[in-house]
Amino acid sequence: MNSLSRRRFLKITGATFGAAVAVTSLSEVVKGAEKVEIESGKKVKGIQKIPTYCDLCFWKCGAIAYLKDGELWKIEGNPKDPLSNGRLCPRGTGGIGVYSDSDRLKAPLIRKGERGKEEFVQVTWDEALDYIAEKMKKNKSEFGPESMVLFSHGIGGNFLQHLFNAYGSPNITAPSFTQCRGPREVGFELTFGDVVGSPERTDIQNAKCLVLIGSHLGENMHNTQVQEFAEAVEKGATIITVDPRFSVAASKSKYYLPIKPGTDLALILAWMNVIVSEKLYDKEFVENYGFGFDQFAYEISQYTPEWAYIETSIEPDIIRETAYEMARYKPATLIHPGRHTTWYGDDTQRSRAIALLNALMGNWGKKGGFYIPYNYSIPKYPYPAYPKPLREAADNPNRKYPFAEGEKSSSGMRDATLTENPYSIKGWFIYATNLLQALPNMQETIDAIQKLDLMVVVDVVPSEIAGYADVVLPESVYLERYDDLNTSSFKEGFVGLRQPVIDSPNDQKPNWWIAKQLANKLSLGKYFPWKNVEEYLDTRLKSAGLSLAELKEKGIIKAPQQHIYYGENDVPEFYTQSGKVEFYSIPLKDAGFDPVPKYTKPEEPPAGYFRLLFGRAPVHTFSKTLSNRFLSDLMSENELWLNSDIAKRLGINNGEYVKLKNQDGVISNKIKVKATERIRTDCVYMVHGFGQKAKMYRQTFNKGASDAQLVTKYKVDPLMGGTGMNVNFVTIVLEA
Amino acid sequence: MNEITSTRNNYTIDPTLSVWGWEIPVYLFLGGMVAGMMLISGYFLFKGRQTEKNCSCFYLPYMSVILLSIGMFALFLDLEHKLYVWRLYTTFQITSAMSWGSWILVLVYPILLVNILIKPPKFLEEKFPQVINWKKYLLEKPILLKNIGIITMFFGAGIGLYTGVLLSSLGARPLWSSAILWLLFLVSGLSGAAAFVHVIAKDVYERELLAKADNAFLIIELFVIALFIIGLKTATEVQAQAADLLLTGEFAPSFWVFVISIGIIIPLIIQLLAVNHKVKHTALAPLMVIVGGLILRFIIVSAGQYSHWFNSNFH
Amino acid sequence: MARYGMVIDTKKCVGCQDCVIACQAENNVPQGFCRDWITTESTGKFPSISLEIRTERCNHCTDAPCVSCCPTGASHYHDIGGVVLVNHDECIGCKACIASCPYDARYVHPEGYVDKCTFCIHRVEKGLNPACVSVCPTHCMYFGDFDDPGSQVNELLQSRKYHSLIPEAGTKPNIFYLI
Repeated sequence: MNSLSRRRFLKITGATFGAAVAVTSLSEVVKGAEKVEIESGKKVKGIQKIPTYCDLCFWKCGAIAYLKDGELWKIEGNPKDPLSNGRLCPRGTGGIGVYSDSDRLKAPLIRKGERGKEEFVQVTWDEALDYIAEKMKKNKSEFGPESMVLFSHGIGGNFLQHLFNAYGSPNITAPSFTQCRGPREVGFELTFGDVVGSPERTDIQNAKCLVLIGSHLGENMHNTQVQEFAEAVEKGATIITVDPRFSVAASKSKYYLPIKPGTDLALILAWMNVIVSEKLYDKEFVENYGFGFDQFAYEISQYTPEWAYIETSIEPDIIRETAYEMARYKPATLIHPGRHTTWYGDDTQRSRAIALLNALMGNWGKKGGFYIPYNYSIPKYPYPAYPKPLREAADNPNRKYPFAEGEKSSSGMRDATLTENPYSIKGWFIYATNLLQALPNMQETIDAIQKLDLMVVVDVVPSEIAGYADVVLPESVYLERYDDLNTSSFKEGFVGLRQPVIDSPNDQKPNWWIAKQLANKLSLGKYFPWKNVEEYLDTRLKSAGLSLAELKEKGIIKAPQQHIYYGENDVPEFYTQSGKVEFYSIPLKDAGFDPVPKYTKPEEPPAGYFRLLFGRAPVHTFSKTLSNRFLSDLMSENELWLNSDIAKRLGINNGEYVKLKNQDGVISNKIKVKATERIRTDCVYMVHGFGQKAKMYRQTFNKGASDAQLVTKYKVDPLMGGTGMNVNFVTIVLEA
Repeated sequence: MNEITSTRNNYTIDPTLSVWGWEIPVYLFLGGMVAGMMLISGYFLFKGRQTEKNCSCFYLPYMSVILLSIGMFALFLDLEHKLYVWRLYTTFQITSAMSWGSWILVLVYPILLVNILIKPPKFLEEKFPQVINWKKYLLEKPILLKNIGIITMFFGAGIGLYTGVLLSSLGARPLWSSAILWLLFLVSGLSGAAAFVHVIAKDVYERELLAKADNAFLIIELFVIALFIIGLKTATEVQAQAADLLLTGEFAPSFWVFVISIGIIIPLIIQLLAVNHKVKHTALAPLMVIVGGLILRFIIVSAGQYSHWFNSNFH
Repeated sequence: MARYGMVIDTKKCVGCQDCVIACQAENNVPQGFCRDWITTESTGKFPSISLEIRTERCNHCTDAPCVSCCPTGASHYHDIGGVVLVNHDECIGCKACIASCPYDARYVHPEGYVDKCTFCIHRVEKGLNPACVSVCPTHCMYFGDFDDPGSQVNELLQSRKYHSLIPEAGTKPNIFYLI
């Protein structure tokens, strides 16, 4: 009966934000656009606005941080910034929570207990860096510099990448390739001779027909894309969403196609079949720029909508209708290439099929299709030449994955560490990426780590992977440091500056400082000739006719405008083997792969099992924002989306906690069930990043379940080594 | 099928409102008791029963002052911004039931004081001898006393009404948006007060009278509860759902056991037997009535906060 | 006279909660509380579902029960735009206003007074939009004056279908949702 007193005892004990940021003192470093007189140790009265760019995800939106009486108040988008247009996403707005995060690493740590037991002693920076330098020197002399691998995600890792290049290791990688967008980049490169890139070169804003295949824009808050998506919705664009789950994007769509998971390629092939057989494609584009179209057309003729219906469960009429809709609006029809594309192991071929469908629309370089991005070209710092690595990178021995181009494979580095093939790996240096959640099969990662004699983690919070490190280095958060210039290619070229807004509360250091100090200890000081990062940035900017002082004022400076669409007389260039858009790929044929994408049936879940799907939430990035008090307040744990009919049949109530057991017997943390009509009956869905097991990461410990833990199985893409992760099946274990 | 989710999770607001704890029902109960007592003692004054040696009208005002003060203290405890309580008396807000209530309470004290002066306590007479003169003055003026009785009844009814109106003026809570909640609380206050007098009355006539009156009040209360429920059930869907909270929902066990059975039916049967001299008068039945009245307030206050326009499925 | 209110385009809202965080930062809302929030309402059977996503907050009702039930006058209509505000120094924390609000828009601030959305009146008075409106990446929120016939909010209501929340409560809410 007593709902009155039920929540009474839950008195709020946490300090309010004001109290949490009380340890603020502004040094001279903190100067913003609005210059203020600073007396050392005293807080500045009034409002300060300091431009910088965001670090809550990799989109790098321009932002303006506000200080009120010397204390962090809020962060808004920089109106000059073409990525944010003055409006950040919820994570960016919640960025101030990063500063006051009570779980932050405060001082360097050296492991004292077993790996993974999270037992450390606090040491000075000198002690920590000496420890690392000594081991790195030893590894270099005994096993060669290539025995050290750098896993680095985000622009903050640039200085460490520079250090590793100077050290002589070719093994620099990020999970963003083989665990995320790699298949897409390779698929597009094989077709158009160019990658999609990040931010994606998708002109969503001007699309009259937008096709989202598994892309859940709106839940996935890549800022510009969502802004453009909302604009397209407002302008009345036809949105076609293909997803086993009725996503937010699905709710904005004219057509929602509730596809059977794993069969997307069948749908794309059938769409192309309709468009080709009914001659609805952009004939001029195909004629002028297409290569091998006839062979492609012949191949594709077998994939009728009736055939696809059996695979995908999408009615043939709907397949036809949506194909007509795409053709109607071409070239302003955009089939979004997605971002996290490592699903089923045939992902490069699926991405290639998406590229081909786009090619049929003739939307390359067209308004509402794929625009031509450009950037602000700022010369690199004039460093001395790096030593030439003595050996190839370790991730792809004997070019096992012949199309793994451009970036290195993180899972490949792990394989090399485990197998010592092509050579032994002795050390991992990990910057801002929780490999335990990012790589499939957690146990393999842990096994690889146990083989190392040096593991360093640089991060702002004690993520799970930090618990396995020999040395943990606490980095300043983005609001407290300079980073490299952001010169991403986009609709408008620009250069963005990240600069300190506030002092670090404890003994945290910026990554440029860490890299420079470590370089000195490794006798690589000549590669860091600049005194401090301001000098580095100013040198780069001066070489482009700009200055650090100017950029500190503005935060963003735009490059002279360029055209982002092809005009009537422009001839697009395609950097493929044939110099054309390859409907039929000879390089693929020569390497023994399908020159035109072919469909293979996905494995079906056994009776009583569901396919495990995962995705993003608007308020979190990976597993690294979970202790931000703004963001965790809005989402402190994930939910298991389960079809309500199934829930009823299993006797599970909405909101009840269950556990999941996968095909290999691995059992998850408990997770709250969201019994909903918004998902198919043959799969379950959860947001990625939760269920972390690091005790040091207190606020996230055991909250929700981890999809990564259940991804014990993965299917490797034979073209480029991507790890298809949506191939795991789970059954539901009722909580006792 | 509708699925509603909300990201809101405000302390004491979600998943269901729980802003008012034990303090409010305790106050409403004591306020109701005081209302009933004032009606009874006012009625006795009106009837001139102060000439009797052991009239309840002599000690009910004392009890009223004590119970009302306890109730007001509970009310004070409920305030979240206690240091600002004086703000109640720097203004009068004509649309606010609570503003009316706070001013009525201020007026009730002098009336009770006048009631007390009819038979003031010994220590008061010793300390302030002029009190004796006032007592004499009052006792010599039966018409004045009659009028004091009327005023006492009037303000007693006022408090009783107010305790119900306080809730029913908050239209956002379907359970409370009933036009007869005031009547329910008034009758329940009367039955509680009658039961109380039944227990403490020294005069046999009064005891018998109050037992009979209590039986009448309990029967009326049953009817009022029935009307209250029927009114809700036949109103909007959300109000029907609110009624179900009491009839079959989360609050049903305590409603049926404590309010209906222990609070009304069983004591009614016992007291019917007692007034017909089949069983002896005991304190049991009236105590049950009093406990039932207290629990009625608890249930109405909690279930009222539980009831809502949206049956939201909060996350 | 002005009557401030909002028009929110549910077609564009993705429910990202940026408005919620922007409000918390702008107004220093204590941890664990929010003055605005996202409600999603889905109807239908898979796969034929319709989903409405709404950002909700105090509706700044024209007939606000929280104002009429307040015993001290702490809850009041602001001189500008009829915005419903709480004067912290007059609030005794009796919580009648909380119980009277059909939208459950209010809460008790840990310091004792009752708190809620102010339409960021401190910004509005400077000619700015409320924080939630100014931050929204989908531009789904519009703030304006319903008493001004030419205002964008009125134009939107004239050109699109809309609804308000719990109109049957009779409080005349001033936030409208385009559908």
